Amino acid sequence: MKEFVPAGADLELRGIRKEFPGFTAIEDLDLHIPAGEFFALLGPSGCGKTTTLRIIAGLEEPTRGQVLIGGQDVTYTKPHERPVNTVFQSYALFPHMTILENVAFGLRQRKIADPLGKARDALNLVELGYAAERRPQQLSGGQQQRVALARALVNRPSLLLLDEPLGALDLKLRRQMQIELKAIQMEVGLTFLHVTHDQEEAMDMADTVAVMNKGRIEQMGAPESLYERPKTSFVAKFLGQSNIFVGEIAEQSANSISINVAGNKISVPTARAEKTSGKIAIGVRPEKAEFHREQPAASAERNILGPGTIKDIRFTGVSNQYLIEIPNIGDIIVFAQNVGISPVIELGEKVWVSFKIEHAFGLADLPAGDED
Amino acid sequence: MKQLKLGKLVLPVYSLIALAYLLIPIVYTIFFSFNDSTGRTNTTWQGFTLDKWLHVCERPGICEAVGNSLFIGIVSTLVATVLGTAIAIALVRYRFKARSLVSLSLFLPMATPEVVMGAGLASLFFNVGAGYGYTTIILAHVMFCLSFVVVTVKARVQTLDPVLEEAGRDLYASPTAVFWKITFPLLLPGIMSAALLAFALSFDDFIITYFNAGPVNTFPLLIYIAAAKGVPAEANVIASAVFLLAILTVIGTQVGSSIRHKRLMAIK
Amino acid sequence: MAFAGFSGTAKVQGAPVKSSRIVLALLLPGMLYLAMFFMIPLVSLLITSLETPAASGAYGAYDYAVDFSSYQRVVTSYFPQIMRSFGYAFLSTVFALVIAYPLAYFIGVRLRSRPLLQKLTLTLVTAPFFISFLLRTIAWKQILSDDSPTLNFLRSLHLLAPDQYFLGTPFAVVWGLTYNFIPFMVLPLYGVLERLDLRLIEAAGDLYASPFSVFRRVTLPLTMPGIISGTLLTFIPITGDYVNASRDFLGSSSTSMIGNMVQADFLQNSDYPAASALSAVLMAVILLIVVFYVKRTGTEDLL
Repeated sequence: MKEFVPAGADLELRGIRKEFPGFTAIEDLDLHIPAGEFFALLGPSGCGKTTTLRIIAGLEEPTRGQVLIGGQDVTYTKPHERPVNTVFQSYALFPHMTILENVAFGLRQRKIADPLGKARDALNLVELGYAAERRPQQLSGGQQQRVALARALVNRPSLLLLDEPLGALDLKLRRQMQIELKAIQMEVGLTFLHVTHDQEEAMDMADTVAVMNKGRIEQMGAPESLYERPKTSFVAKFLGQSNIFVGEIAEQSANSISINVAGNKISVPTARAEKTSGKIAIGVRPEKAEFHREQPAASAERNILGPGTIKDIRFTGVSNQYLIEIPNIGDIIVFAQNVGISPVIELGEKVWVSFKIEHAFGLADLPAGDED
Repeated sequence: MKQLKLGKLVLPVYSLIALAYLLIPIVYTIFFSFNDSTGRTNTTWQGFTLDKWLHVCERPGICEAVGNSLFIGIVSTLVATVLGTAIAIALVRYRFKARSLVSLSLFLPMATPEVVMGAGLASLFFNVGAGYGYTTIILAHVMFCLSFVVVTVKARVQTLDPVLEEAGRDLYASPTAVFWKITFPLLLPGIMSAALLAFALSFDDFIITYFNAGPVNTFPLLIYIAAAKGVPAEANVIASAVFLLAILTVIGTQVGSSIRHKRLMAIK
Repeated sequence: MAFAGFSGTAKVQGAPVKSSRIVLALLLPGMLYLAMFFMIPLVSLLITSLETPAASGAYGAYDYAVDFSSYQRVVTSYFPQIMRSFGYAFLSTVFALVIAYPLAYFIGVRLRSRPLLQKLTLTLVTAPFFISFLLRTIAWKQILSDDSPTLNFLRSLHLLAPDQYFLGTPFAVVWGLTYNFIPFMVLPLYGVLERLDLRLIEAAGDLYASPFSVFRRVTLPLTMPGIISGTLLTFIPITGDYVNASRDFLGSSSTSMIGNMVQADFLQNSDYPAASALSAVLMAVILLIVVFYVKRTGTEDLL
């Protein structure tokens, strides 16, 4: 058996394409994850993220493209010869073996010395040493998830793949596991690739997030940059919520670009605009917007829209979410932090909405339905 | 209110009666294995004795026939189980074009009356010039057991989540290791059921064997031939012994696994 | 089909893998075996059925030919047996269904809360399988023989006339056939009833349906696949049975079925063409039934 690199390795996907009879799961994927990073692949069901994971693990072969781990081309290497381990969504613990034997399985297959001793250490790491002789069926969901993690980690893989491993856990347990996973990754220094559809989870745990849609990566970067500056309408709407305004470019200067929407001028800094000609979409996050009872004075730093009326108010504990309808523009969402003063406003009241120009972002494409 | 209660009793009472009806001939057969019958007939009760049980092989031909049935059963079971398990795995885990044809071909033997199969095989062996005997019987038995093995194992394979085998491959197990360390142990209960079923079918088979046995005597053949003149009590002894062994094994396994399961679930 | 009763846990969907070499290795031995020892014997039967008495005139010797006279003979002189076989099969199947359904319902639905009892009762239902089927039939023969305590008891209750008897009549044959095939009917029924979603029954009741209505419009349609499986697995083997109907068991010469004739012609009269022709006729009818069934429901659920 080959000696595996006892530290995280980097992963590179070049031009990966995966076709199934009837549809293409992955169009053209390029990805580079540096060694030791916690990387999240985020996307809705059916976007191709699980297929990508399976190709990296070796459980599927790409129709085209290459997979390189630690610089070595492993595209056609069998899964049992790759230094990769997976934590499956359903945990996939072997029901006919004890927890200890489950964890020791990979070590035994690689004929590594003292498999049971190492397995016990791994179980202690996830605080399940006491359950070593039990069967998977006797454990709760959270415990099984930890065993699955131990079973993968004990092999010190260069690359650990996690396929929505926290999906079946309740909220509190999930939060706890997120903290533990991150801690383990940083302590051991492995490269983690975490596939999920839960954006909060991705943003919370990952160093880098890639948003995937219909077989392609739409945008990739640090969670904050993805959130504060989404570049496509899919990312803007999938990651958090956005208000998006569409219009032909009316004014353009070195610093900003403006569009005119139903008589309101909406500007975005040129540095934050992806597209600089023709019809563009400008967006802003709801928490960056405010509403005013009186029309605010015109300002070079703020976009002002209105008047409109409060159409709906929702109380979510941390914040109030307001839905404001402005004629000829549509519905605008505004989040206001709940600072203890309520009610602030009533349904049907007339308000204006404003937000800082520097918080706006210009998208590379137009939202579906608004294309030319 | 009273009507509701009575209504609830109808089904259990009916089921009890139906079960009793099903068990009558069995009880009768076991009962008459203790009959102190003289000669070959065993139709009227003549007194209780353990004689037939203790000296069962003294009746000429019985133990030889049982031995033949056992031998044929074991060989047929082995062959049918191996062939059938392979087919079952192929049907569930792999995609291939001839799927419908394979399913249909496996279904037909189950739907074919034994007379037709027996006559067909007999005529085949006759036309080919093969002599009837152990080989022809075993070939025939494997034939009709095959489909039942496939059905039984297939049901078990379908409950096996492929992700377990993927996990095995992910954990450095070669395809052979995956089969022997993961697939096979998990399939084993289904394979054992299938083997038991095949053995039971083979041991008890009469019609197809009758057409293809030639000089070989099996236990069912012995009973059939004796039926005209009188089935000796020793035959009842053998049948009762097999029955008790089988049913105790099955019940024992069920009770055992139930206890084990309860014990497992009690620790959390 | 019949053995759906044994698969306790739910099926798991997994993406089937395409790998032709492995598939071939797995399928080939078994399918070759089937081809050799199932298909070819059927072909052999057909060939034999078309043979003609040997030119040499020797007894039991036949020459290859395309002689349909055996078919003619068989269909005309064995017409009563053919009718009887399908008639008995129909009756036995109906009786078996009526007896088996409530039993299967009880085990599959009412006993769900007690899995061990459920398994044990099911084992009891299949217990007849564990004892030689010839002996079970002989047991009935003796329990219901002309001078048995049973019949004498019935006579004392005036349910039977003093000179009325049971053995050798169609009643006895149908009784035996029904009895022997009840387990074949119970198992597929149990298979569907065990999986019946009781919430649907509750919902129907909640929507004002009477128990009878619930049965007719919810339970019955949902359990229909099991009824059809059970019916096929019972009706078809019965048409070919000859043990129950034979003189040595529960029948007499007036209750003979197709199977008795095939056996007699093949093993006693050496009239191989006639035996083969009769078998072919039986097989043809059965194939028609199977084709009709497959056309309706497809091949995926066959096994």
